[in-house]
Amino acid sequence: MLKYIGKRLLQSLLTLFIIVNVVFFLMRLMPEEGYFGEEYDKMEPAQIEAALEAMGLRDPIPVQLVRYYHQLLHFDFGKSITVRPKVNISRIIQQKAPYSIRFGLASVLLSLVVGIPMGTIMALKKGKAADKIGNGYIVIINAVPAAVYYLFIQLYGSGMFNLDILYNERKAISALLPIISMSLGGTASYAMWTRRYVVDQLNKDYVKFARAKGLSERKITFGHMLRNALVPMAQNLPANILLTISGSIYIESLYSIPGMGNLLLSAISRQDNPLVQALVLIYSSLGIFGLLLGDLLMVVCDPRIKLVRGNEALT
Amino acid sequence: MKKVDHLEKSIEEQIASLGGDALFTREGFDPTMAEMGGYSDYSYWRSTFKAFLNNRLALVCLIILVVLLLFTLIQPFLPGQHTATEIFWRDDGRVDANHAPDSQFIFGTNAIGQDLWARIWNGTRTSLLIGVCVAACNALLGILVGALWGYVSSLDRLLTEVYNVVHNIPRNIILILVSYLTRPGIGTIIFAMCVTGWLPMARFIRNQIVTIRDLEYNLASRCLGTPTSRIIFKNLLPYLVSVITLRVALAIPQAIGSEVFLTYIGLGLPVTIPSLGNLINEGRAVMMAASSRYQLLFPALVLSVITISFYIIGNAFADAADPKNHV
Repeated sequence: MLKYIGKRLLQSLLTLFIIVNVVFFLMRLMPEEGYFGEEYDKMEPAQIEAALEAMGLRDPIPVQLVRYYHQLLHFDFGKSITVRPKVNISRIIQQKAPYSIRFGLASVLLSLVVGIPMGTIMALKKGKAADKIGNGYIVIINAVPAAVYYLFIQLYGSGMFNLDILYNERKAISALLPIISMSLGGTASYAMWTRRYVVDQLNKDYVKFARAKGLSERKITFGHMLRNALVPMAQNLPANILLTISGSIYIESLYSIPGMGNLLLSAISRQDNPLVQALVLIYSSLGIFGLLLGDLLMVVCDPRIKLVRGNEALT
Repeated sequence: MKKVDHLEKSIEEQIASLGGDALFTREGFDPTMAEMGGYSDYSYWRSTFKAFLNNRLALVCLIILVVLLLFTLIQPFLPGQHTATEIFWRDDGRVDANHAPDSQFIFGTNAIGQDLWARIWNGTRTSLLIGVCVAACNALLGILVGALWGYVSSLDRLLTEVYNVVHNIPRNIILILVSYLTRPGIGTIIFAMCVTGWLPMARFIRNQIVTIRDLEYNLASRCLGTPTSRIIFKNLLPYLVSVITLRVALAIPQAIGSEVFLTYIGLGLPVTIPSLGNLINEGRAVMMAASSRYQLLFPALVLSVITISFYIIGNAFADAADPKNHV
């Protein structure tokens, strides 16, 4: 098992190395005027040269690459160049990440707490009113783009319950609407998968046996069926939790939360190379590590699963 | 030497002692002979359609979608229609902006005085075109790569690595690069959404194929020397028709939603080409005033009807395409 984990970690290092290099080169394919935005047309060629020189972009690309790795090995992400010039990237992240993590964790928790019982009830009442209402909810949330229902929640939710339309750090209640909006998608998908897996379990022999043995329905549902049904869902959970750091672009801009959501996007569109590289490195290592954790969590939940002997499904 | 080799050798020796190759002659593959084993009037597609027609809700959605599609196509030719980009003026010489819905403008006018009714149908046309093209393109690439990835084990390592890398490169870098290289337009946005869009589909197909590739019927085909392409197209993909149709059907509303997202982050179509994403974005800008909220409401409503219909039809068709539901 340890050997397997070690091998996976080594493999992820290789993957990360390739990702970092590809992103490094992609960012250098972007046109030069992108570094200056609107200012470009007003600048003298000499000014542009000087600015590019100052940002270290006039050095040959291999030199830049070596410098970048030198920094990385000293656990230094460098300084932002265009989004917040000359500010240390680790400081930017330290300021912004806590907001995204708090909102993200709250919404993941809320969608787990609501979604799993919802899916279980739907499965047990299959075909009845509760199942139909739940399915309607799942269809609507899955089909309608989040951009649309987020807007309506903000518009009518704030009016109906007399809440602030924007997030206000000093009023905890103003965090309610963003957290609820963010959790809706997760709730729908947890409910859908729980329902599906529990329905799969309903007619299994071990359930019939437990019933014949005289176990109460509650014990069968929670002690037996749910435990088996949750195994496939355990795989994505760690990655979901770790990636809450990346924030939600929509929610954070709608409620003006100073989180990470928009950071990567604005870094890319304003060609802040060090910031893009740092964020991509963080997000992809968390994503890859989350996947490994997910596989391990699956083994913990279901000891019958063997990772070592070619469990090939990636999911 | 392995046991199997011993066995093979001894069988060969026995055959040789009985008279050699004269005992067996190799037959060429003849597809018509292969089908002559049995006859049944069961037709897969007929049963699928029958099962689909039994689902009332899906049928209603299908009718709604077809009517909507036909309407967006004939709308420009109906009498009394405005064009999507024409700006209307009031008698006092000012732009007829935020004109609430009435008999002249069925859905009102937007913030710069264009007819929302015409823009919505024009935009619906654009969004549907984007959705269908992107879904078709992603399905084609995804199925092809996914099938190879899942079935050909020597490609597994390589493609998994490629997937891990490309999956972790932010899509926006690629989208922004594409938008630098080409002029904004419908073709560009379709291309940009296809560049990375086929990856999840390929991974999905790959995972499905991995679980069924070593079932006995495929093992049998392989032992009989069936070529890989035939196994993929005749054994594996037909088995997956229902899950694949589900994914493809859901890819259409996803692409339409993704267009809304791209417009939101500023990578969408130029405002001169109306799309549902554009219209929702325009509506969002004026949504705080209750009197012009209709500009968000109408496009959002049309978009929701379309995506929900596709979603329900996709699910119903996937259920119907599963032979287990044909009995």
